[in-house]
Amino acid sequence: MNHFDIIVIGGGHAGLEAAVASANMGCSVGLLTMDKYAIGRMSCNPAIGGTAKGHLVREVDALGGVMGKIADKTGIQFRMLNKSKGPAVWSPRCQSDRKLYSEEAYNIASSTNNLSIVEANITSFLIENKKIVGVITIDNKEFSCSALILSSGTFLNGKMHTGLTSTKGGRFGEQPATGITQSLIDLGFESGRLKTGTPPRLKKDSINWDVLEVQPGDENPQPFSYSTDISKFPFLPQLSCHITYTNMNVHKILEKGFEQSPMFTGRIKGIGPRYCPSIEDKIVRFADKERHQLFLEPEGLDSDQIYVNGFSSSLPAEIQFEALTNIKGLEECEMLRPGYAVEYDFFPPHQVDLTLETKLIEGLYFAGQINGTSGYEEAAAQGIVAGINAANKIQGKPDFALKRNEAYIGVLIDDLVNKSTEEPYRMFTSRAEYRLLLRQDNADRRLSSYGFNFNLIDENENKKIAEREILINECIKLFHKIKIHARDVNKLLKKKDSPLIDSTGSIAKLSKRSEINLIDLVQFVDVNKYKIVKKLLSDKIAFYQVEIELKYEGYIKRQYELIDKFEKYESANIPLSLNYLTLNALSAEGKEKLNRIKPRSIGQASRISGVTPSDISILLVYLKK
Amino acid sequence: MNKIQTDDTIAAIATPTGVGAISIIRVSGPFAVSSTDTIFSGKSKLIDSHTHTIHYGNILDSDNNIVDDVLVSVFKTPNSYTGEDSIEISTHGSSFITQKIIKLLLENNVRLAEPGEFTKRAFLNGRIDLAQAEAVADVINSRTEASLKGARNQLDGLLSQKVQSLREMLINTSSLVELELDFAEEDVEFIQFDELQKRTDSIIKEIDLLLNSYSFGKVVRDGVNVALVGLTNVGKSSLLNYVLKETRAIVSKIPGTTRDVIREEVSIDGILFRLYDTAGIRVSEDEIEKEGVIRSREVIKNSDLILFINDVEQNYPDDLFEELKILNKQENIINVLNKIDLNKEAKIKSDIKVSALTGEGISDLFNLMKTKVFGSSNYSEKNAVVSNLRHYNCLKKAKESLMDANNSISSKMSGEFIAVDLRNAENNLGEIIGEVTSDDILNNIFTKFCIGK
Repeated sequence: MNHFDIIVIGGGHAGLEAAVASANMGCSVGLLTMDKYAIGRMSCNPAIGGTAKGHLVREVDALGGVMGKIADKTGIQFRMLNKSKGPAVWSPRCQSDRKLYSEEAYNIASSTNNLSIVEANITSFLIENKKIVGVITIDNKEFSCSALILSSGTFLNGKMHTGLTSTKGGRFGEQPATGITQSLIDLGFESGRLKTGTPPRLKKDSINWDVLEVQPGDENPQPFSYSTDISKFPFLPQLSCHITYTNMNVHKILEKGFEQSPMFTGRIKGIGPRYCPSIEDKIVRFADKERHQLFLEPEGLDSDQIYVNGFSSSLPAEIQFEALTNIKGLEECEMLRPGYAVEYDFFPPHQVDLTLETKLIEGLYFAGQINGTSGYEEAAAQGIVAGINAANKIQGKPDFALKRNEAYIGVLIDDLVNKSTEEPYRMFTSRAEYRLLLRQDNADRRLSSYGFNFNLIDENENKKIAEREILINECIKLFHKIKIHARDVNKLLKKKDSPLIDSTGSIAKLSKRSEINLIDLVQFVDVNKYKIVKKLLSDKIAFYQVEIELKYEGYIKRQYELIDKFEKYESANIPLSLNYLTLNALSAEGKEKLNRIKPRSIGQASRISGVTPSDISILLVYLKK
Repeated sequence: MNKIQTDDTIAAIATPTGVGAISIIRVSGPFAVSSTDTIFSGKSKLIDSHTHTIHYGNILDSDNNIVDDVLVSVFKTPNSYTGEDSIEISTHGSSFITQKIIKLLLENNVRLAEPGEFTKRAFLNGRIDLAQAEAVADVINSRTEASLKGARNQLDGLLSQKVQSLREMLINTSSLVELELDFAEEDVEFIQFDELQKRTDSIIKEIDLLLNSYSFGKVVRDGVNVALVGLTNVGKSSLLNYVLKETRAIVSKIPGTTRDVIREEVSIDGILFRLYDTAGIRVSEDEIEKEGVIRSREVIKNSDLILFINDVEQNYPDDLFEELKILNKQENIINVLNKIDLNKEAKIKSDIKVSALTGEGISDLFNLMKTKVFGSSNYSEKNAVVSNLRHYNCLKKAKESLMDANNSISSKMSGEFIAVDLRNAENNLGEIIGEVTSDDILNNIFTKFCIGK
């Protein structure tokens, strides 16, 4: 019988991160997938990042994950979203070459030490004393393991719908995974059903590009990964996306297909994401909107396919096609394949702990869409956390759970565990209450020491980051001390239309003015006297960090004050052995939810849906006893 | 509704100590009905009766002697004050009887309730929210009609409703800010700075109204302290006596030593006024009088209102007025000219002219006192009123956060900076009603805007 320390089922974005991280941490890992060339496959749109998702990619990278590296290598358009806003909501996004992306993912997986890729279709689990010990394949082969990470995406009893026709499958042209859901239910797990969708693909040459609005990438594209060599970046030629719009006529055509909509006729039982509605949903729910925006995204450098972002649909293929041909620029279009909806099983995530280990079966971890999330980035974030925790467990090291004030990853998992989810969960910046601190530009400062401790970031990289941290903090302190004289700075202030000063002002204070840049002020500093400033000027990344921290100091301070409040409850630990059922004063729902989720702290308890403020006061009183 | 699973049953005498016509014993918990059944003998068993019914019968002791004939009201879960099975036993007003019945209950699966435990159970069972629970304490402690009404309104959720609606306004505003941050790529219209400012301004205005109501709320709850000051023989005492005669409720008279401050409590139109008759504030050689002067000064300092009384026969004592201004504030002083029955034409500085002998002008004086206390505002117990310091502080913090947000708006900061303070304001309002959730904003966005590519 084959043995691995850790088995990862599924080679999508969660499975890949989990397998690579745990293998790099020294565990022998078996990545079991139905199709080894599907590793890292982009099932839906050919893009990585976006609002809040870009933050996740940067965080995964800072922990030592691979998503950012692959995206950098295979990106064909890079944009920083929200650039007109403050730094906290800047979000990197790229269009990827779909084919190259999964090739690169396969290369990384196959070249990672300790990692074996095995083609297998798993149908059930081997459990001893509520602990996972192995899996059984469809042809009755067994693999044994000490820990198992299940990241099966949309494959669990996957069912695809276009009109009233439905096909079994987890992704276009791929078989579903049957058996796993039932064997988990038999073990006592509770399952649910979700739905997501994908738009039609069009033939590139059939589109009249000349009449469409162009959306080019950034002039100075920035990579996702800290390790990417900026001098060679971007690696591939860059392409543009295009924008077009639906119209009332298109809406009328789509309405003709409503009778055959698997959504509206109730054939689809799974719950879809509200933030990613199908085009038919948009028309119904926002009937007074005369047009909806569509993005035509290239699928790759050599690909003849175009992805119609915004036109996700499960209406009959002929209706989709007729509607498309009534859209500007698509009049002559050729539809290579229609959009479809896919239904799949998931396991409501209150059944996992903050480590992503299931509460029912020791050593069994869930990551990705199985936990009810949507998106490659959300999956990757869970994958790396599950991988690290599985390896830690085997190596007898402590649990790894990021807090809400440390990372979007912390927000993501904390939300999943405590609030569970009824629709596919997607990250938004508004979910992070400490948004101003969790920026994409400081992910390495926040997280790379963890990555280093887990042996996922190399020593040189870590040293560089640690030294930079000192430089940043020293300079912030210094700029509070250095005062500039009115006679020196007023000329600049006048030029910038900024109020003049009377005697002196500190650099820190002056840099808070929105019209003033730090670099303008630093010219008044005697760099021979303050050598460290010279050093700062030669490190662009550090300089930018100092500028942000000074400029938004007041707001950042307010966020830290909130965190202090939050930490108080976060550090009020609740023993896992606490039997909530004996605490009679708790509300019935609170009692049941607390018992189910077994929060680690009062802070976590307070975020559980259904737990009331009075339940929390009761817990506080009880724990004081 | 989720009912708390309490396994014990509590009882207490619900009416105040002292002898009244009737007393009420309240019992709440899973054994409320069965325990009462064991000591009650009526036409039928209480356990078989419907909720909200009243039963006549006798309370019997363990030797089957009749303790009292009583009326028993039955309230079944969840439709009772506490949300649990509850019983109210109305007995004849005798502490001997009530104590005896309580003792019998204690022998039958019931324990004595701790102070506030009925309300606590009501709160824990979700029958009332935090603001309402706090109001219960105010109802119990209310001393006048208006304070009872004010507390009653809060209990009925008037303040909670108001705060809830403000919070919803805020969430709507936040959603518009967040929309632009999380959905910048979407084809939806984003909020403009001036529109945003308009919205925060209008919420601040509403919060200000609530904050201003605090003085009313506080007055309603705590009463108004009034110092009567004046030279000897201007008729302070006779004015005080006339007021006591005129007003309906003479709450109490707290006697002091000679030369000490005399305090009377009266209710004028439902508002509690505490009247302090000061001995005088002039320095004296007399040891006892010296002591009195010190106390009078204290009273004046701490008063909400000062009735500075003069009469038509003496000149206006400017120096004394100056002293009062230093001890308190000019706007709190009402110049009362007494004894106008003797000389209607006297030209002495005054805000109001009265006669403690004939009662002329007294009702005008009352009106003036009320206006001074409440300002020109038209507060009544029908409006949501803030009378609790914790609520006041939460509202104040919410306002400060909104002012911070306004600062960010006027310096054209990006939305995420504005959002920090909007969110703080939401949390502050949420604390009043014990409700804080972070999903509200996203839910609101998904309902109102077509999002998603």
